Amino acid sequence: MRVSFTVNGRQQEADDVWEGESLLYVLRERMGLPGSKNACEQGECGSCTVRLDGVPVCSCLVAAGQVQGRRVDTVEGLAGADGELSPIQQAFVDAGAVQCGFCTPGLLVAADELLEHNPSPSDGDIREALSGNLCRCTGYETILDAVRLAAARTGQAV
Amino acid sequence: MEFLRPASWQEALAAKAEHPTALPIAGGTDVMVEINFDHRRPDHLLDLNRIGELEEWETGTDTVRLGASVPYARIMSGLRAELPGLALASHTVASPQIRNRGGVGGNLGTASPAGDAHPALLAGGGAVEAESVRGSRLIPIDDFYTGVKRNALAPDELIRAVHLKKATGPQQFSKVGTRNAMVIAVCAFGIALHPDTRTVRTGIGSAAPTPIRAGTAEEFLTAALDEGGLWDSRKPVPPAVAGQFAALVAGAANPIDDVRGTAAYRRHALGVMARRTLGWTWEQYRAEG
Ligand SMILES: Cc1cc2nc3c(=O)[nH]c(=O)nc-3n(C[C@H](O)[C@H](O)[C@H](O)COP(=O)(O)OP(=O)(O)OC[C@H]3O[C@@H](n4cnc5c(N)ncnc54)[C@H](O)[C@@H]3O)c2cc1C
Ligand code: FES
Ligand code: FES
Repeated sequence: MRVSFTVNGRQQEADDVWEGESLLYVLRERMGLPGSKNACEQGECGSCTVRLDGVPVCSCLVAAGQVQGRRVDTVEGLAGADGELSPIQQAFVDAGAVQCGFCTPGLLVAADELLEHNPSPSDGDIREALSGNLCRCTGYETILDAVRLAAARTGQAV
Repeated sequence: MEFLRPASWQEALAAKAEHPTALPIAGGTDVMVEINFDHRRPDHLLDLNRIGELEEWETGTDTVRLGASVPYARIMSGLRAELPGLALASHTVASPQIRNRGGVGGNLGTASPAGDAHPALLAGGGAVEAESVRGSRLIPIDDFYTGVKRNALAPDELIRAVHLKKATGPQQFSKVGTRNAMVIAVCAFGIALHPDTRTVRTGIGSAAPTPIRAGTAEEFLTAALDEGGLWDSRKPVPPAVAGQFAALVAGAANPIDDVRGTAAYRRHALGVMARRTLGWTWEQYRAEG
């Protein structure tokens, strides 16, 4: 089947999509957007997190056909057109929150959405918002640091 | 495989009537796991995401009619006052990403004994609105779970909504697992005080082939509260009564040993949760008096 939807603001189309295929597979294998990672394919790890009509979801658990005509935002859409990192991306780099990097795209999308709704989150808010994202490397402390850093910087800019 | 995308509820019912083996997909958080891992290859997937009314709820005088696909995240944020037990249970489901997609219709469709909505639905009381091209019927929640991952839906039926009694008193939900997020319940317990009828209802999850109520425990507690005049006096529940209630809840379960826990542990934990949640709800009832 053919599926078309908006990805990071651009209308995209994929042909010959299998009916049981996930949004994650379509993004990675058919649309050349491998930023969203495939680590578990069962909703446990959050490395495939994207926003569907603005809402964070596991793209491995959304059937491609369900996205027809809708809006998807992936990690590739965070940086500016000129490649300038978004505040949350820069904060991950500066805080040393990236080791192997496999969990990073999902965490960036989830953290970006958190800060959009809650510009100065408590530690509890951060933990709750990122509770669906697993990291096997960092022990999470530097990730929490990164989110706090992004929040502090964005707060200063206002 | 064919992907069916009905644009309206009537179209969805017609599609289900024409293809009774079609697998409905709402949030996909159960269905897609099975497809990704090749555990299931339905001939048709029936997408419910385009049917807007499934994601809405209506609040009446005494009940809430909760659309089948209202995601857990919106139950937590929008129905905490009307359905406190279900809102608490929703908050324990998986992770924010899953709660943004999954809902009660899917939990009922899967009918896993570990589904977190079930203890809250059983304790709060209500009925499942099932519909087909043949018509609509209300299945009392007590009759809905028919076996391990089996429910009372006919092959041509879809869940339109769940009719839930608005809370008339405090409700609680408690769940045992290894961490706070992303945990399938080792066992779970829901309790609802119903001061309007002077009754107490319960729900047990993950400790029997289906979600169940602890009927004997409910009857005992309802009688004890009545005899003690506690609904009116709002005095504390005597420890002996709470202890007996806990023992009866533990006894109502029919758990098994599995990777998540032993039967003995589940029974023990249920007793602890029953005593604690009774304490919390009763304290709240007293404070409101
Ligand atoms: C990582 C992970 C963690 C999880 N943790 C929990 C947890 O902590 N607690 C818990 O309870 N569950 C958990 N689940 C299971 C799942 O999220 C829930 O069962 C959820 O409620 C399913 O809802 P859904 O809309 O995604 O269902 P779907 O996957 O779309 O459907 C589930 C079933 O219901 C049927 N169905 C859906 N809608 C209808 C309808 N309107 N009429 C008839 N049939 C219908 C489908 O055909 C299917 O059989 C978890 C799942 C994952 C992947
Ligand atoms: S790949 Fe989707 S949650 Fe792990
Ligand atoms: S940095 Fe390796 S999994 Fe998180």
